[in-house]
This record gives sequence, structure tokens and C-alpha cells, in this order.
Amino acid sequence: MEHITFLVAVVIITALAFDFTNGFHDTANAMSTSIATGALRPRVAVAISAVLNLAGAFLSVEVAKTISGGIIDESAGVHPEVIFAALTGAILWNLATWLLGLPSSSSHALYGGLIGATLVGVGTHGVHFDTVVTKILIPAVAAPFVAGLASWGATRLAYLITRGSSEQSAGRSFRLGQIASSSLISLAHGTNDAQKTMGVITLTLISAGSLGAGASPPLWVILSAGLAIALGTYMGGWRIIRTMGKGLTDIEPRQGFSSESAATSVILASSHMGFGLSTTHVCTGGVMGAGLGAPGGQVRWSVARRMVYAWLMTLPAAGAVGGAAAWIAGLGNAGVAVVGVLLVAGSAAVWFASRRRPVHSGNVVDEEPEPLPAAAATPPPAGIAA
Amino acid sequence: MEIKWGALAGTAGVSFGITVAVVAVFALGSLALARRDAAREAAAAGGPGQGAGGGVLAAAAAVCFAACAAAVGYGIYLIAAR
Repeated sequence: MEHITFLVAVVIITALAFDFTNGFHDTANAMSTSIATGALRPRVAVAISAVLNLAGAFLSVEVAKTISGGIIDESAGVHPEVIFAALTGAILWNLATWLLGLPSSSSHALYGGLIGATLVGVGTHGVHFDTVVTKILIPAVAAPFVAGLASWGATRLAYLITRGSSEQSAGRSFRLGQIASSSLISLAHGTNDAQKTMGVITLTLISAGSLGAGASPPLWVILSAGLAIALGTYMGGWRIIRTMGKGLTDIEPRQGFSSESAATSVILASSHMGFGLSTTHVCTGGVMGAGLGAPGGQVRWSVARRMVYAWLMTLPAAGAVGGAAAWIAGLGNAGVAVVGVLLVAGSAAVWFASRRRPVHSGNVVDEEPEPLPAAAATPPPAGIAA
Repeated sequence: MEIKWGALAGTAGVSFGITVAVVAVFALGSLALARRDAAREAAAAGGPGQGAGGGVLAAAAAVCFAACAAAVGYGIYLIAAR
């Protein structure tokens, strides 16, 4: 019993750590275009996003009943060790892509880690491969195109309608609009992604016998998951914000509003129609569509290409780490401890690497016209936020 | 394996329609606001009859932005009701 309690505690802490990385990885989805156009000052943007993520965690009445939405067979014997290994893979991949400033899907990282850990820890019968295709692969391919098309059309129309008015007056109202649209993305994100962590923690507690089968998440689970994602959001993944706001294309208020409106519509429509699309893929597609939709607009395809590579790598890479971690953790208590040490060491290594090359001087896109406000506003000793 | 092509097509169509509609209405509101400001400046400069349309333009902008606010409210409802 003591062993289970210790392991459960480790899994809960790791789940909250994943939630934290999820927050700062995905701040860019909602806020990068608002920061890029000056609609919101960087610190204000991440503060709004953090509050709305926290609110979103409490808003939804639908409780996260599954970890994975049917991708793995949770009744096939998914032990806490397996979940721990999956989270390890997801966290390390999230940190690595953050270091490179690449917006990759946190959900895919979690799914990849779960699939890899389940394959090793449970066996092939633990993974529903047809669900992997229908719930991960096809939505991943579709999301950028669906959002990109909507964003492109909206951008074209916005420029057409406002072509007579001055840049200044159009910019002023569209910046205000951006505040609303990016806030809505943050709220939707909190509802979606904090739920995933709640599901992970709740199912771990159920598997340990601390909660009855089918129980709802206790208040402390909801609160801690909401706070973890909000804190992560507030730290601001500035590297990824820079890529999405400045690296992919040059965003102007009309484009920012169009891309955020498209992202909001696609996220809400897709979850309403039962065809969940990754927020990251949707928002990135929206930014690219807005980039192409403006007169003379361009997308930096070299950046887009690197990003697509990261998307393709996310599932297998997080899966490989998750699988390896599941194998080590399966060896017993010592194995779990080794995975824990490796996770902490890996995270520390990424953090030190990020300090060596802070976001404002290196490791960013080549065509950087001027220093990003986000980087300038980040105080030097801001730890992981830099 | 059942791929919900219908849901995907529906998602694409609905989100395209809503996005374009919201952005178009917002752009019209922005345009009305810009025209009103121009009309005011013209009136201040003493141009005859230029200030007359200001109230209508302001009202048009308000209607447009109210429609966008309603869309935001519906979005919050969708998030909360899930």
C-alpha cells in the first residue's frame, strides 16, 4: 500500500508538471498574434490567458472520464507506472520543442507517450490503432487546412471591406477585436487541456483504489490542474510565441483578428461536432492562412517546414521516450526512481540549454526584422520563462 | 475503422462560414467607425453637410460590434455547456 501511495503521489506530481509544460507551450496559440500586433502587451497577454485558462478548468461540466479518449484501452491494465512513463515522454518532448521554439501539439505528446508506454508496459492489445488514425492522424492533417482556409478567406474579406479606411483606424478597432478573440481561445484551451490532466490524475486515483470507479475529480484535483496550467501559461513560452507571432509571417491587426477568429470557430465547431482538432495545429494553420490572405502577404516556408517536421516527430518521439521509460519503470521501485531522476535531469538540461541561448539573441528565425517585444519584456532572471 | 468525413466536412464548412461572417461584420463596423471619424473631422473643418451622417454611422458600427459580441457570447456558451 505504501508503494502504491508513493507511486500515485509521483504520478500526480508528474501530471501537474505536464500540465505546466502544456500551459507555457500553448500560450502562443492564443496570444502570439495579439502580442505580435501590439493588441496586448506581452505580460498583460499571458496574465489574461492564465486567468482564462484557470477559469476554463472550472467551466466545463463534462468531466474527463478517460485519459485518452479511447486511444488506449484503459481497462487492459494501464498501471500507474505506465501513466508515469507516458507523462515522462510527453514532458520531455514538450520541453525539447519549446527549446527549439516549435509549436507542437501538447495533446499529441501526451497521446504519443501513452501509446509508447502502453505498447511496452501492456502490449499491442492495449492500443486501439484504428482510433489513433481517426482521432489523431486525420485531424492532424485536416486541422491546419480547415483553419487556414477560414483564416485566409476572412483576411481577404477584411482587407477588401476596410480598404478605404486608414491603416491607423482599422488597426485600432481590429486590435480591440483581437483581445476578445484571443481570450476566447484561452478559455477554450483551459477547458480542454486542464481536463486532460484531471482525467490522468483521477484515473490514477481510481486505479489505486483511492476513489471509486467512475468518480468525478475531487475539487483539489480540479484546482491544482487549473493552477498548474495557469501558472505555465503565465510563464509564457516566449520562444514559441516568437515563432508563431513573428517567425511564420508578419502579422498585422486585421490578419491577427482573422486568424484568431478562425481558430476560435474551428476549435468550437470541431469539439461541438465531435471531431476534436488540436489547438496548436488549428492556430498555426490560422496564422499561415492569414499570412497568405493579406495583399502581398507571405509565409516563411522554412519555418513552416521545420514546424511540420516537429508535428510528424511528436507522436513517435514522445512514444519512444514513453516506451523506454515504461520499460525501466516496469523493473520495480528502483526503475521508477531511475525514470524520475532521468526526467528531472532531462528537464534541467533543457532549462540550462535555454539559458545559454536566450530567446532574444539566438535560436530564432533568421529573418527577424527587429527584437520581439516579448523578449524585451522578459526580465533576465525569469527562469524558465526566458 | 470509421472516419467521420461528414463531421470533418461539417466542421470545415461551419467554421469557414462563421469566421468569414464574424470578420466581415467586424470589418464593416470598423469601416463605419472610420467613416464617422472622417465625417466628424470634415464637420469640424467646416465642410457643409458632412457631419449629418455621423449618427447613422455610429449606430451602424454599434450594431456590427454588438453582433460580434453576440458571437463571442455564443462561443462562451458553447465552451461552458460542453
